[in-house]
Amino acid sequence: MRRVVITGIGVFASTGKNAESFFATLIQGKSAIRRIQQFDPSQLSVQIAAEIPGYEPLDYFPAKRLDLLDRFSQFALIASKEAMESSGIQLRDEERPRFGVVTGTGMGGATTFDSGYYNLYAKQVTRMHPFTIPKIMHNAATSQICMEFGAQGPALTTATACSSAGHAMGEAFHIIKYGMADMMLTGGSESPITFGMIRSWESVRVLAVGNGDPSRACRPFSLDREGFVMGEGAAMLLFEELEHAKQRGAKIYAEIAGFGMSSDASHITQPSIDGPARAVRMALAEAGVNPDEVDYINAHGTATRVNDITETRVIKEVFGNHAPKLAVSSTKSMHGHAMGATGAIEMAATVQTIVRGVIPPTANYTQPDPECDLDYVPNEAREKPVRVAVSNSFAFGGLNAVLLVRRFE
Amino acid sequence: MDVSQKVIEIIAREQHLDLSKITVDSTFAELGIDSLDGVNILFALEEEFKLDIPDTVAQNMRSVRQVIDSLTRVLEGKDVSDLVAMAKGEPSASVS
Repeated sequence: MRRVVITGIGVFASTGKNAESFFATLIQGKSAIRRIQQFDPSQLSVQIAAEIPGYEPLDYFPAKRLDLLDRFSQFALIASKEAMESSGIQLRDEERPRFGVVTGTGMGGATTFDSGYYNLYAKQVTRMHPFTIPKIMHNAATSQICMEFGAQGPALTTATACSSAGHAMGEAFHIIKYGMADMMLTGGSESPITFGMIRSWESVRVLAVGNGDPSRACRPFSLDREGFVMGEGAAMLLFEELEHAKQRGAKIYAEIAGFGMSSDASHITQPSIDGPARAVRMALAEAGVNPDEVDYINAHGTATRVNDITETRVIKEVFGNHAPKLAVSSTKSMHGHAMGATGAIEMAATVQTIVRGVIPPTANYTQPDPECDLDYVPNEAREKPVRVAVSNSFAFGGLNAVLLVRRFE
Repeated sequence: MDVSQKVIEIIAREQHLDLSKITVDSTFAELGIDSLDGVNILFALEEEFKLDIPDTVAQNMRSVRQVIDSLTRVLEGKDVSDLVAMAKGEPSASVS
């Protein structure tokens, strides 16, 4: 059976503009959540988000190129470039049909939508800009990456809300495993911080307000939690078939060994126990890993009451007696919830726990919740060898994606 | 208003090109203007001149001179029904 390894990582996130600084910030337990800068949020109840600080598109792209790039595609390209460079790969032309791309996004070109509709409805312009469609389409990021790096193999976009990147990486893993390609650039990208989007999420009553001290707003698994905080960014990973990676002497970060996905088929927003549990078990089974071999879970950990309690029960159900011995942390406490990108951002963190033997904490943990009684690595990073790690993504709509990575041996 | 100068300015702005690179004799192909760039230029012209350029006219625009001539006729309210796409294979201001 073909094995798949991770040979490149790129991150462009609120907590760091490359993979190195991203993880360094997480290890320090530092949150990137601030008052929103992209527009004046003073009319909103929720005025905070995890934005990429000081982002200037012209620092990264020529003006002509930017005309066709929504913010989510910009992030995708920046993270992809780092992933490709870190992999050291030099593609030969004949390899291009064996090189593909799968990226996830929940909202696609949300910022272009928002400004376009503002002009159309509020300012009553009579025409939409002709680049609106090529910028907003969910597959724009995938297509832009394909064009940038000459990827001519299997390519698609997944849109499963908060699980988008998880599903993308799972698909990319299987595309290589089952022989359709040898290399896949995969991850997720999202730029959901718009006036209209925050207003919409406000109405669901799941966002933390946190206007006092934004950096402490997101408190997963803590009794005094108040909800999640929107984030933005992208992370991309290069997945590669093991023999292909060995032949070119690639640096191998970790092996991607299992993927599980499932549907709750029960409620459009409220998660079940059964659905996520089946996805975790599926990932373990594909990897041939026993529950007691898992060292670390990067939790979905949104900091909503429903998620945190449900996810805790899922972990206890699947891992049984091993559950209290597992390290579980939610890095969303620092980089926010980057929606369709979040699974990839969290995978970038998860892989580093294996590479470096240090687990990022759940920041802002203040009070134990009797219904959340696992080891959430509160507030302080922990040095611990990690051989097997799991990353959970549980989406609105009840669509779950779980990935298992292990140290390459 | 000098339509020629305005057209050249708009093409330069939208293509992020130096003004000196563009003359009335430049073709879209020479300027690297593809079909999607073409509809973008069309959009900018419609915004600037506050008019609608019919698709049949747009399909005939493959050079700066054709843009200027077509636009002038539209601006003067002349009949443009004879301006239909004849040439094939050259980029025009239409993605269809």
